Amino acid sequence: MSSAAQAAEPWWALSYRTVARLRHWGLRGAAVLYLGLMIGLPVAAIINEGFGEGLRALRDAFAYPGATQAIILTLWTSTVAAVVNGLFGTMLAYVLVRYRFRGRQMLSAIVDLPLAIPTLVTGLMLRAVYSSTTPVGRALEGAGIKVVFARLGILLALCAVTLPFVVRAVQPVLLELDIAEEEAAQTLGASGWATFRRIVLPAIRPAIAVGALLTFARSLGELGAVFLLSGNMPGRTLTAPVLIYQMANQWKYDQAAAVSTLLFTIAFVVVLVTTRLARARTGEDAA
Amino acid sequence: MSVAVERVRSDDLKRRNRRRRLAHGGILALCLTYVAALLALPLVGIAWTALKPGWRTVTSTYAMADVQHAFYLTAIITVMTVVVTTLFGVVVAWVLVRQRFLGRGLLNALVDTPFALSPITVGLACVLLFGRGGWFEPFFAARGIQIMFALPSMVLVTVFICIPFVIREVQPVLEEIGTQEEDAARTLGASVTQSFLRVTLPNIRWGLLYGIALSTARSMGEIGAVLLVSGLIQGKTETATLLIFRWVEERQLAGAYVVALTLAMVSILIILAIEWLKRKRVREDA
Repeated sequence: MSSAAQAAEPWWALSYRTVARLRHWGLRGAAVLYLGLMIGLPVAAIINEGFGEGLRALRDAFAYPGATQAIILTLWTSTVAAVVNGLFGTMLAYVLVRYRFRGRQMLSAIVDLPLAIPTLVTGLMLRAVYSSTTPVGRALEGAGIKVVFARLGILLALCAVTLPFVVRAVQPVLLELDIAEEEAAQTLGASGWATFRRIVLPAIRPAIAVGALLTFARSLGELGAVFLLSGNMPGRTLTAPVLIYQMANQWKYDQAAAVSTLLFTIAFVVVLVTTRLARARTGEDAA
Repeated sequence: MSVAVERVRSDDLKRRNRRRRLAHGGILALCLTYVAALLALPLVGIAWTALKPGWRTVTSTYAMADVQHAFYLTAIITVMTVVVTTLFGVVVAWVLVRQRFLGRGLLNALVDTPFALSPITVGLACVLLFGRGGWFEPFFAARGIQIMFALPSMVLVTVFICIPFVIREVQPVLEEIGTQEEDAARTLGASVTQSFLRVTLPNIRWGLLYGIALSTARSMGEIGAVLLVSGLIQGKTETATLLIFRWVEERQLAGAYVVALTLAMVSILIILAIEWLKRKRVREDA
């Protein structure tokens, strides 16, 4: 490439090709080492601690008071959060993209807020409104609805923390969608709902799935927001991440690691499916 | 006759328009209610609760040594985490986009791992590696280096949590810009460093800044991961979120709300920066 420049260089200088090769392998080595040490190693340590002695730790963990209920509760609330935010997230994305109204920018910013607010602060925020000492909380309790220190509180915390996921997955797809198709359908007499169901929904369905799956995976591990709202009553409002925390605090590392591995495996499969879906979608666009 | 038909049609159209406007209004109201219940109202709630006891509570909270140290520690952890995840994040994104090799898919899957791991599990992993009886405990203990219950372990777990942000924001941009411009710069005699600084970096800057903003927000507010590794030593390894955590447990709610409101304000600033970046990026794309 630059034989003239190369000839001018002193004899001890590395050849252009050697430098390029060193850089190539150096960068790759840095990336592999970084991810291997920072992510691979901790994951290996968890799996080894949890399943190093076969299934004994997992059996012990399930014998822990309230453990089974905690895992079921976490799976259940995460599913509900994914469905609820799948629904409202889609609506919000639609509203943000297709409607023009005052305060739209502000709504968009508020929807993104959970990406930046510490989850523990989100929990405290919800407590400031819904605990039984506030007017709102009292009113709800008068109506027989208990939020704080109840399962509804867990759900509220999960929905708040994961709100941006579906919206941010669906929004770009909606933005790219040609509005002419929808207008054509409406001109031909289709109702608003029929237009949405037949034209918009098929296009954004993969994006909704991606957002909802991410919501589910994130909800499985959420601790900060839930901690202050759930009350952590074993068998009733104790969630799996808080269970892991309690086990670790009692030096039961093997059981904590076993439950961790269980949750992680579920979440990881979900995340893998999600990235596949997301990639399949961009692949389609390219074709 | 035809006039009548026209009238019927326009009546029909009007009715449909009215129905559509009603449906729009209904959906909008539903969305606003949902967001208000989950986020807007709680934000007002926390500001109200924190400021209700008067300005004196705020100033006296800020004057406490524990509070100042907690914010200082949070700032240090955040800066260190952002520097590490940004530098390595760009390298990893580059390697994943520009190089093809065996195990690239595995590396890609590793990047997604922190999204699937509960923060508390990350803390647990750190305990298993560096805590008593851990894999690396003898090595560091022999050299007198304190990892657990000190800054190193807290930075390590926070870095783990924040690894994906920069990578996942930079990767698609790198993929999109391709190598043409870089190749052109190299052919014209630019060194690798020059072509990276002058060509690649300006191209990826918005994605990079976006990733940095997300990383900053997350590391500032992390609680689950540091809960186990910090040892919760008051005034020493207590970050702002851990301080809130302890104060809520100790029923010192007034102070907890003030610290929480402060963190929320910083988060709002980060969100405003993110919104600005988004608009900037859209404008430049157009």
